Amino acid sequence: MWEYTDKVNEHFMNPRNVGQVENANGVGEVGSLACGDALKLTIHVNDEDIITDAKFKTFGCASAIASSSALTEMVKGMKLEEAEKITNEDIADFLGGLPKEKMHCSVMGREALEAAIANYRGVILPMAEGEVVCECFGVTDLEISRAIQESNLRSVEEITNFTKAGGGCGKCEDRLRDLLQASVNLVAIPMQSVNKEQKMTTLQKIKKIEEVMEREKDDGDIELIDVDGDFVTVSLLGACRSCQKSETTIKQYVEKKLREQVIDTLIVEEAK
Amino acid sequence: MDCGSDDIIYMDNNATTMVAPEVVDAMMPYLTDCYGNPSSMHSFGGQVGREIEKAREKIANLIGAMPQEIIFTSCGTESDSTAVLSGLQTFPDKRHIVTTRVEHPAIKSLCDNLDLLTGHKHRITRLQVAEDGTLDMAKYAESLSDDIAIVSAMWANNETGVIFPVEEMAQLAKSKDILFHTDAVQAVGKIPINMKESAIDFLSISGHKLHAPKGVGVLYVRKGTPYIPFLNGGHQEDGRRGGTENVASIIGLGKACELAHLHMEEENSRVRAMRDRLEQGLLASIPRSMLNGNKEQRLPNTTNISFEFVEGEAILLHMNQYKICASSGSACTSGSLEPSHVLRAMGVPFTAAHGSIRFSLSVYNTDQEIDFVLETLPGIIANLRELSPFWDPNNL
Ligand SMILES: Cc1ncc(COP(=O)(O)O)c(C=O)c1O
Repeated sequence: MWEYTDKVNEHFMNPRNVGQVENANGVGEVGSLACGDALKLTIHVNDEDIITDAKFKTFGCASAIASSSALTEMVKGMKLEEAEKITNEDIADFLGGLPKEKMHCSVMGREALEAAIANYRGVILPMAEGEVVCECFGVTDLEISRAIQESNLRSVEEITNFTKAGGGCGKCEDRLRDLLQASVNLVAIPMQSVNKEQKMTTLQKIKKIEEVMEREKDDGDIELIDVDGDFVTVSLLGACRSCQKSETTIKQYVEKKLREQVIDTLIVEEAK
Repeated sequence: MDCGSDDIIYMDNNATTMVAPEVVDAMMPYLTDCYGNPSSMHSFGGQVGREIEKAREKIANLIGAMPQEIIFTSCGTESDSTAVLSGLQTFPDKRHIVTTRVEHPAIKSLCDNLDLLTGHKHRITRLQVAEDGTLDMAKYAESLSDDIAIVSAMWANNETGVIFPVEEMAQLAKSKDILFHTDAVQAVGKIPINMKESAIDFLSISGHKLHAPKGVGVLYVRKGTPYIPFLNGGHQEDGRRGGTENVASIIGLGKACELAHLHMEEENSRVRAMRDRLEQGLLASIPRSMLNGNKEQRLPNTTNISFEFVEGEAILLHMNQYKICASSGSACTSGSLEPSHVLRAMGVPFTAAHGSIRFSLSVYNTDQEIDFVLETLPGIIANLRELSPFWDPNNL
């Protein structure tokens, strides 16, 4: 059972602007039956570049239908240049928020709007380009990188929530991590010089890492094995050693702490 | 808290069931007056131990087993894990399991994570199913090689109700000295089971699927079958499963099995007739709808129907407005955007897999409820199809 806001429920139960605009001069179609959701948006734009009418047809879950309905309400009467600025976050906000696993529904709304405007202008969207990363849902690297930047995504799970990439067979997970890393590096470089000392000897590094680990280790015992450049090798002694989650635990928790408190480029690995 | 169970139409009995009022009554003393530990030396606790033995007999009676073949566990999932891991430990040099593509996550995830759990590499053969969800017995027979420790195949599928010929499968496994486990969580209480005339080594039961509470299960272990405990601890269950007994729930499960025995006839006549009427009515009144799973080899209470071009969650939420409870094989969540692995394994096309609804009935359903669903659902589907870009009423 999803925790939907009243507004999501209301737009789902009583969707606005269902159908096709009769004299439409912009059509945007995204998604497919295989993906589990699809949206066909039709708009009419007048001589003054104002969207005078917008209608939708959507196949999908409650939040897909509510997002589509919200989108049409938002853009009606809007100038094209304003409509172009609508982000998926705006659609979600209009609805009082969406569960994070359902954010891809709002992304679908934004994509359909973009496609409809491009269709009105007679241009081909650059989004169709790029290299397909997630084959299950046909998501390209350009789309993923854009989502990472626009919505400030910080994990593979978040990428899946927003773009669906990785939600099928999961084979592209490594590629998603690479894309994430690439975008994070773009943002992270200027920040590095802010406060943490960059040049430490290995000995200094080890000492600092040990200090941090001593402070943070209440959650199962962790032992430092080796430090090699940015790579920190640790071993788990406590109860979580053989548990399947151990990798995420170390990666997410220890790495986060070490990055915060020692150097923000450290990479934690478990000793095999 | 008031959950409003009096007003709802509950057709989600494969997810969980109402605890039968008789079961609640049987349990109450063990949540109040009779709180003794069944292992205690004093008679205040000891008398509780005797009641547990009576419950054990009732469960054995329902499936034609001997009481000493019944081990109480905390749930169906624990029973499944215990059986498979025991089988593997019994044959440490055979690291190969045969199972199917349509198992419940209790077996599927266990197999997925077996290498991590045990620290050993395993081979998992997952048998494909046909379009109607049934198994190819010839393929199964072929798969039984020398290096297999245990076969695990469900008796009845939780999503479609399709029944596997587990008796026959167990015979074949036995002829090759391979252990056989069946997840009978959905079968027990719904169809007659007789372990006396069976080659099945392990069988899993879950209380909450047959009108007992959640959090109690049973693992049947055939007398003579090698068995290695999963939970080690005290000498409860003759040292076969450590941990102080969930007394009240065990007593409840005993009562529920007694009731299931009494209701078996009704389940296979009245409940089956209601299910059939619901199914035929929906298929007849809603265009582009179809049944998922074999019509004959099936539990009497379950029907899984796909409504093309609409999405399952949307259907369920509309049904929710009418207080009708059912399930969907669609999963519009980020973690698993693929529709149910069961429907995909059967090759149900995407156009239909996303819009599948499972209705699972029980003896507590009524004809009036069936009528209500038959009246309500066509409108819901028609409304959603009006929203769907793929729906073309002129092309049926
Ligand atoms: C076929 C099957 N096996 C196992 C289980 C798990 O049982 P439990 O919920 O008691 O762990 C279920 C129920 O969800 C089931 O349907």
